[in-house]
Amino acid sequence: MSYTFTLDGKVVPFVDGQTIIQAASAAGIFIPHLCYHPEFKPHGSCKLCTVKVNGRHTASCTMRAAPGMVVESETEEINAERRALTQMLFVEGNHFCPSCEKSGNCQLQATAYHLGMMSAHYDHFFPNRAVDASHPEALLDFNRCILCSLCVRASRDVDGKNVFGLSGRGIKTHLIVNAKSGRLADTDFTLADKAAQVCPVGVILKKRQGFAVPIGERKYDKAPISETAETTEGR
Amino acid sequence: MGLNEMHAEAVAGVVDRVINRYRRDPTCMLQILREVQEACDWVPPEAIDRMQAMLGVPRTKIEGVAGFYSFIYTEPRGKYRVLFSDNITDRMQGNRALMERLCSNLWVERGKVSEDGLVSVGKTACTGLCDQGPGMLVNNYAIAGLNLERIDEIAELIRNKVPLADWPPAYFRIEDNIRRADILLNADFTPGEALLAARARAPSDGLNASNMRSWREGLPSGIGGPGATLDEIKRSGLRGRGGAGFTTGLKWEACRNAQLKAGHQRIVVCNADEGEPGTFKDRVLLSKCPDLVFEGMTVAAYAIGATRGFVYLRGEYRYLLDHLNAVLAHRRRQNLLGKDICGLPGADFDIEIHVGAGAYVCGEESALIESLEGKRGTPRNRPPFPVTNGYLDQPTIVNNVETFAAAALIALRGGEWYAGIGTKQSAGTKILSVSGDCERPGIYEYPFGVSIRQVLADCGATDTQAVQVSGPSGICVAENEFDRIIGFEDIPTAGAFTIFNKSRDMFEVARNYVHFFQHESCGFCTPCRVGTSLLKNLMDKLHYGSGSPYDFAEIEKLNQLLQSMSHCGLGHTACNPVLDTIAKFRPAYDKRMMQQDFTPAFDLDRELSSARQMTGRDDAGAHLETEHGGQS
Repeated sequence: MSYTFTLDGKVVPFVDGQTIIQAASAAGIFIPHLCYHPEFKPHGSCKLCTVKVNGRHTASCTMRAAPGMVVESETEEINAERRALTQMLFVEGNHFCPSCEKSGNCQLQATAYHLGMMSAHYDHFFPNRAVDASHPEALLDFNRCILCSLCVRASRDVDGKNVFGLSGRGIKTHLIVNAKSGRLADTDFTLADKAAQVCPVGVILKKRQGFAVPIGERKYDKAPISETAETTEGR
Repeated sequence: MGLNEMHAEAVAGVVDRVINRYRRDPTCMLQILREVQEACDWVPPEAIDRMQAMLGVPRTKIEGVAGFYSFIYTEPRGKYRVLFSDNITDRMQGNRALMERLCSNLWVERGKVSEDGLVSVGKTACTGLCDQGPGMLVNNYAIAGLNLERIDEIAELIRNKVPLADWPPAYFRIEDNIRRADILLNADFTPGEALLAARARAPSDGLNASNMRSWREGLPSGIGGPGATLDEIKRSGLRGRGGAGFTTGLKWEACRNAQLKAGHQRIVVCNADEGEPGTFKDRVLLSKCPDLVFEGMTVAAYAIGATRGFVYLRGEYRYLLDHLNAVLAHRRRQNLLGKDICGLPGADFDIEIHVGAGAYVCGEESALIESLEGKRGTPRNRPPFPVTNGYLDQPTIVNNVETFAAAALIALRGGEWYAGIGTKQSAGTKILSVSGDCERPGIYEYPFGVSIRQVLADCGATDTQAVQVSGPSGICVAENEFDRIIGFEDIPTAGAFTIFNKSRDMFEVARNYVHFFQHESCGFCTPCRVGTSLLKNLMDKLHYGSGSPYDFAEIEKLNQLLQSMSHCGLGHTACNPVLDTIAKFRPAYDKRMMQQDFTPAFDLDRELSSARQMTGRDDAGAHLETEHGGQS
C-alpha cells in the first residue's frame, strides 16, 4: 500500500515498511546522516538524522513512516542540534582535514559544511589513538573513527568476516579488529571487502593512493553532500 | 610465572568446564566471561582463544562484550581486586580517606595494579550499601561498614595473601535494616499459595483444559485462571516499580496477546539490576523474601503463558547468587517451578539467574535483554517493544523485583484489596531506600501518598537541605517542597531517597552524579557518549574555579541537547541533577562562577601535577603562579 506523510510541509509518499529517511531520500529530500547507509540495516547511533515527528525528536533512519505524520527536518532548531552533534564528533576524535587523504570525500567534513559549522566550538579531547599500518594494502587511522559501525556491519553482513567490532564503553568505545594481536594484518581483511569501501571518514584507507585526485576536484568539492545521490555514498 | 599467569592448558580447562555447563550457548557469553574470570582472576587472551573455538563466535564479538562491562578484565587486575563504592553517600561517609589509606598501606596507586600483581584498588559506582556504607567490592563480593580499623585489617589480609573465603565472615554480613514494613515486607506468605489462589480463580468447568491452552497459547483474557489472574492485576492498578511506572496489567496483556512464532515462547524477566545510585530495596527484597519475588514471576508466567524466566541480578549483588539459586532449587522440589507446576498439566516454567557485570545502562529493559542474550548492553531501537520482540525476538515482559513481589500478593488477595491501599492514582505501597544525612538509614515501606516530610521525620533527618528522590535520574526536592508526596501523581520514584543536610554542597552532589552518568553512558549514540563527557568537563571546570557565566550557559545548552537527541533514558535524564540543582540551589553554582569572562579550562599548574607526582615534589618551586588558583 502507498501512503503519504508531510516533511517540512511537502507531501512525501511511502510504502509499508519504509523509514522516514528512506521515503525522504526516494523523494529526493536530503536528511543529514552519518551512520545510515541505504545498503545496511539502520543503526540509529549518530543521531544526525534526527527529525521531529509530530513534535517529538526521533531518528529518521530507524523510525518507520506512518500515514499522516508531520515531520520537521530543515528547521533552525534541528539544524543547530545537528551542528552541535557534528562538533561533538570533531572534538571526540582527532580530525585534521588539511592533512587527511579523505578530505573532500569525507562525509563528516561535508556534513559540517552543509550545516554551516564554523568551528569545533567545544574543547578538543585530543585522545591518544594508535594508527594500525600493519596490513600490506590498507591503513587504519583510528583518530578519525566516529563509531558509525558501517565497517562492522559491512564485514559481518556482506563479507561474512567480522573483521571489525566495537569494544569498550561510553567515551572509551573504540573500533577493534578480529585478531588476537589486534592488528589488521592478522585478519583476513582485503581491499575487495565491502568493509573497505564504506567508511564515511578517513579510518580505512588504501595504501599508496595518497592524493590521486587533487583536493578541489573531489566528490564534495564538486557538489555539496545534500545534492549527491544516496546510492553512490561511501564510494 | 607471575601471580596472574596460568598455564594455557589450565585456562582452557577452566573455559571448557564453564562453557559446557552453559551448554556451549553463545547467548550465555557474559555469564561465561564472568565465571572464567572468577576462576582465573581475569580473562586472559588464551581464554578468549578457547571461547572463540568452542562457541564458534568471532573474537571481535567476545572482546566487544568483555570490553563493555566494568567488572570484566581483559588485563590482569590482581588476585585481589578492590573497588570502593563511590556514590555521593559513600563520599559523605568518608570513602576517599579510606581508599587513600588502603592504597598507602598496600603501596599501590589508585586505579593501578601493584607491582607484584597482587592487588588493585579502584572505585566503582554505587554498590547499593548506602545505608551501611562506605562499601566496597573485593573480587565482586560486597563488604559494608568500612572504617579505618577494618581497612587496616583488610590490607593485612591482602598482604598475607589470605584467600577471600578465609576472611572474617562478619565483613560480608549485609544488614537488611528494615525500619518500616508494610504489606510486602510484612507479608505472612507461604510459598505456593499465590499460585494456588491464581489457579483457583479459574471457572470450575474445564479448568485444566483451558489453563493448559492458555499457558501455551496465551488466549485472550476471560478464559480460565490466567485470564482471571490478569484481570486481578489490572484491577489492582499496579504500576511498574522500576521508575517508569508503566501499568503492569497492560504490559502483561500486550505480551500475552503477542503472536508466537513457531518455536518461540513467552519470557518473564525480573529486573534486579538495581543500579540507580542510592537504591538498595531490591537487595533487601531478594535477601528477605526471594520466594515472594519468584512466586510473582511464576504468577506472571501463568497469566501470560510464559515458560522461561530470568532474573538479571546486578554484579554488585553477586553475594546473593548462591542463596537465590538454593531457593530456586527448593521451589523446584516443591513443584513450584519446573513441569506441571502445582500439578497443573502443561504449566511449565523455570527461572535462571544471570549476573550482570557493572553496567548501569543494563537496567534499561532493552539493554538488559541485549545483555541477557550475551551482548553489549546497548539499548535497542524501539519500536518494536519487548512485549512483542524481546529476548531472542520472543514476547517478553521485564518487571522490577518489587513489581513481582506485589503481583504475588495481588494474586493471593485480589486486585481490589491492593487498589484500596495507597492513593487513587497510585495503588499499593512503595519501598524507599533511605540514606544520607539521617539517624536511621535503611528500608521504609509506605503506602503511596506519604509526604517527604513524613519520611524525613521517621528516619530522624534534621536540618535537611534537599532530598534526591529516585537517584540522579530522578528529582532533587528542596525544603519548600517537603509537603509533596511520593506517588505517580506527584513524585514518582524507583525507591532512592538520599538526604542532604545544610552542610552539603549541592553543586558537588550534582557533579558526582554527572561523573556517574559519564562513566555509565553506553557510548552508542553521539549526544550521550560525547555530551556526558563535555558536561563532566564543564562541571569540573566550575569545580576548579575557572567557571564563568559562559560555561553556565554551555551547561544549559548541553542539557537541552542531551534531552532532545539521546537514544535512551540515560541520556535524557543525565542532566536532571544539574538542571534541578541549578533551579533550586543557584547560589551553589554562583559561588563557582569565579570568572567574569570566559577562561580556558586548561590550567598549566594542574597539568604539572603528574610531573610533581613522578618527581615526588610538592614544594613552591614545583608550582606555577596562576591567575586563578582554585581548589583541586
